[in-house]
Amino acid sequence: MSSHGIRDRVAIVGMGCTPFGEHWTRSADDLLIDAVGDAVTSAGVTLDDIDAFWFGTQASGVSGLTLSRALRLPNKPVTRVENMCATGSEALRNACYAVASGAYDVAMAVGVEKLKDSGMSGLSGTAVPGAGDDSRGEITAPANFSLLAPAYAAKYGLAQDEMKDVITRIAWKNHVNGARNPRAQFRKEVPLERIRSAPIIAGMLGVFDCSGVSDGSAAAIVVRAEDAYKYTDRPIFVKALSLVAGPADGLLDPEYDFTTFPEVVASAQEAYRQAGITDPRAELALAEVHDCFTPTELVLMEDLGFAGRGQAWKDVTGGAFDLDGSLPVNPDGGLKAFGHPIGASGLRMMFEAWLQLRGEAPPERTVKTLAEGRSLALTHNLGGGPGECVSFVSVVGSEPTD
Amino acid sequence: MAGLIAYGAHVPYHRLARTDIAAALGTGAGRGTRAVAGYDEDTTSMAVEAARGALAREGLRPRIGQLFLATAAPAYLDKTNATAVHAALGLDPHVLAADMAGSVRSGLGALVTAARSPVPTLAVLSDLRTGLPGGSDESAGGDGAAAFVFGGHRNGAPVLAELLAHDTVSDEILDRWRLPGAPSSRVWEERFAEDVYVSLADQALTAALEQAGLERGAIDHLVVAGLHARACAAVRRTPGVRPEAVTPDLTGVIGNAGTAQPGLLLADVLDRAHPGEVIALLVLGDGAGVLLLRATDALPVHRAPRPVAGQIAAGGPPMPYATYLSWRGLLDREPPRRPDPEPPYAPPAHRRTRWKYGFTASACEKCGTRHLPPERVCTSCRSVDAMTDEPMQHVRGTVATFTVDRLAHTPSPPMLVVVVDYDGGGRFRCQLTDATEADAAIGARVEMTFRRTVTAAGVHNYFWKARPVRTGETEGTHG
Repeated sequence: MSSHGIRDRVAIVGMGCTPFGEHWTRSADDLLIDAVGDAVTSAGVTLDDIDAFWFGTQASGVSGLTLSRALRLPNKPVTRVENMCATGSEALRNACYAVASGAYDVAMAVGVEKLKDSGMSGLSGTAVPGAGDDSRGEITAPANFSLLAPAYAAKYGLAQDEMKDVITRIAWKNHVNGARNPRAQFRKEVPLERIRSAPIIAGMLGVFDCSGVSDGSAAAIVVRAEDAYKYTDRPIFVKALSLVAGPADGLLDPEYDFTTFPEVVASAQEAYRQAGITDPRAELALAEVHDCFTPTELVLMEDLGFAGRGQAWKDVTGGAFDLDGSLPVNPDGGLKAFGHPIGASGLRMMFEAWLQLRGEAPPERTVKTLAEGRSLALTHNLGGGPGECVSFVSVVGSEPTD
Repeated sequence: MAGLIAYGAHVPYHRLARTDIAAALGTGAGRGTRAVAGYDEDTTSMAVEAARGALAREGLRPRIGQLFLATAAPAYLDKTNATAVHAALGLDPHVLAADMAGSVRSGLGALVTAARSPVPTLAVLSDLRTGLPGGSDESAGGDGAAAFVFGGHRNGAPVLAELLAHDTVSDEILDRWRLPGAPSSRVWEERFAEDVYVSLADQALTAALEQAGLERGAIDHLVVAGLHARACAAVRRTPGVRPEAVTPDLTGVIGNAGTAQPGLLLADVLDRAHPGEVIALLVLGDGAGVLLLRATDALPVHRAPRPVAGQIAAGGPPMPYATYLSWRGLLDREPPRRPDPEPPYAPPAHRRTRWKYGFTASACEKCGTRHLPPERVCTSCRSVDAMTDEPMQHVRGTVATFTVDRLAHTPSPPMLVVVVDYDGGGRFRCQLTDATEADAAIGARVEMTFRRTVTAAGVHNYFWKARPVRTGETEGTHG
């Protein structure tokens, strides 16, 4: 058994992404109709040209009908996928494999989530019946990810205040980036002190250490790489798609130390192998990563190989991952500035790669690494939490490999 | 020789200062403190904690033949509460588990029934005393539980206190009563019952001493328990009993725990009685009852692992009165904007009783790896269905990491959460209770305690939490 990547066999030729935010006047149907409409317009096709659909949502609908009913699709194949917070990326991955297999010429991945209608802060959960009996020790998402902070601080000798400074810096950076993005939910820079002194939600995490709750949708159109230039002058080529679902033993195994996501390490290594990347920090032009909570982004910098073990906090405070840093991370503002409509986030990340690699990001947000000749972007999407998660890593590029 | 072969007590960690009630309500609520069951405790969970103490000795659990749970504040009606205690203790399915519930006197009933039983019998007395705000039951009441095993001498389970005699006098008297569902009981004019109880106590004590062939002067520890404070005070002055034999009633520090009070007071005396000393337990309530016990040479060697005095000393700082009121359901606070907590689903809870109630994990037969919850596939060597039961109730652990969840639904926010690495292997993430945020720290030592985590949709959710290991408590040998 071995995994065979599909490097440069498929390309994304059209994308759409709604603004993310509190869409009180719009339903999940409205959002996905808009994202799908923008995607087909950007590829210069109609819905009739799409052969098959992969539709990602966690809790805003079940089955392919949620998409086909909204779009009134004429008897097309639609598959609903769900992989927790990596649902949007999972839809894209399936669409890419469908085209790479030769089964379809044109496939679409759509992700949507409507969270604000629930009236709850945070995720409203899934419809899967649990045991309800507390015997797995369920906690809220911010509390779950906040477990990383004291563990990281203890392992690498950071005082409580230093650790708080590091995660504050991450939130600050992503809000700076989001302020330059018309699609972001939060479009204001937030002073460091305001982030630092915000009301505490869980552990060390304040309100600004948590991604917001928002609604949104995004969509991508995938074709065979050799057909890509029929649709656009600037396709982006899929270099790597990697997904792992971990053994979920971190909450059982005392060996796991809450300073890493082993699933992310595994999926990143596989993606780099597929894409032929040996030094991600130097080769990537940008990375969109799953900053659901600020300590997550810190740990991801090490798991994705952007920083050495125990070093990421120094790179964070040194600005290495800022918009003008050596490797810009979350130049669109990330989950921090966009909120996290589950099914849409993975495709929203890809949308930023699409804009940046095509030179369509506004100048105030365009990463300088592109001018240095770099042409690769990474997206990383995570579901679950420390100790048990699914992790997705993609690498896309604006140039086909020779 | 028949008699007491084990005992244990549970005094909740929390305390309410009576002056705080007075400050809030402008009443004269008295001095001292009362013990308060945590927001996550009820009479069932406290009964489990007391019984765990009683059964801490190796080899005792398999000997138990029947279990009675006595309480005036049953967690459920219709449904048996003793079966939850039975499940948490992991007793054999054929062991009878039954409630003696409703009246405070059921505590005496359970003790006498156990003392008379031909098979080793566990009597658990548990109560949670509540009154309307500002009332004397609220300030004088207390919460707690005690457990006693009566049986014959066997190797490894010696008799700690020989049963010399017992007697009960029953009397139908309108002294104290409560309609089902009422928040507090009603009491007749105090002078009326005082005389009646003094007479009943004399009758019971006289009868028991006659059976044992003892004079009143032979009593080394006179324990008087009952909700009628004036009557109890009068009975403590019984002529012929040496004044120094009269034991303190602990009401000043933990309050009167009603059904459990005779148990807590008896446990406290057993914690310090010397071999050969005679203990008279006198219980007032709808009559009177007496148990006469003589401590044996085995008592000093086999005292309960957690002495009552130690648990009193390890109590937390006084809690705000408003917190007490909200824990008791007398102050309805704004819930978080989160989905309502789920009640336990009956089939999964039933399938996993040994985990949910017994905290029994699994250990891989091939590589020894512990799994909490129990798993079928080993996380280490991937062996399938090669697991043995791994009891984890008594295993202590160390906090690997922690958080304070301010968004989670809990009756007493914020929720403290710890990842526990157990001595000898295994990890579990759970709530930390009887603790403040300062107690949640990497490296902190914790032990497990059985709690009612939440009540959702009319269903109590019982599960295990961690609590800090506090100094002053000895670690018992566990079976």
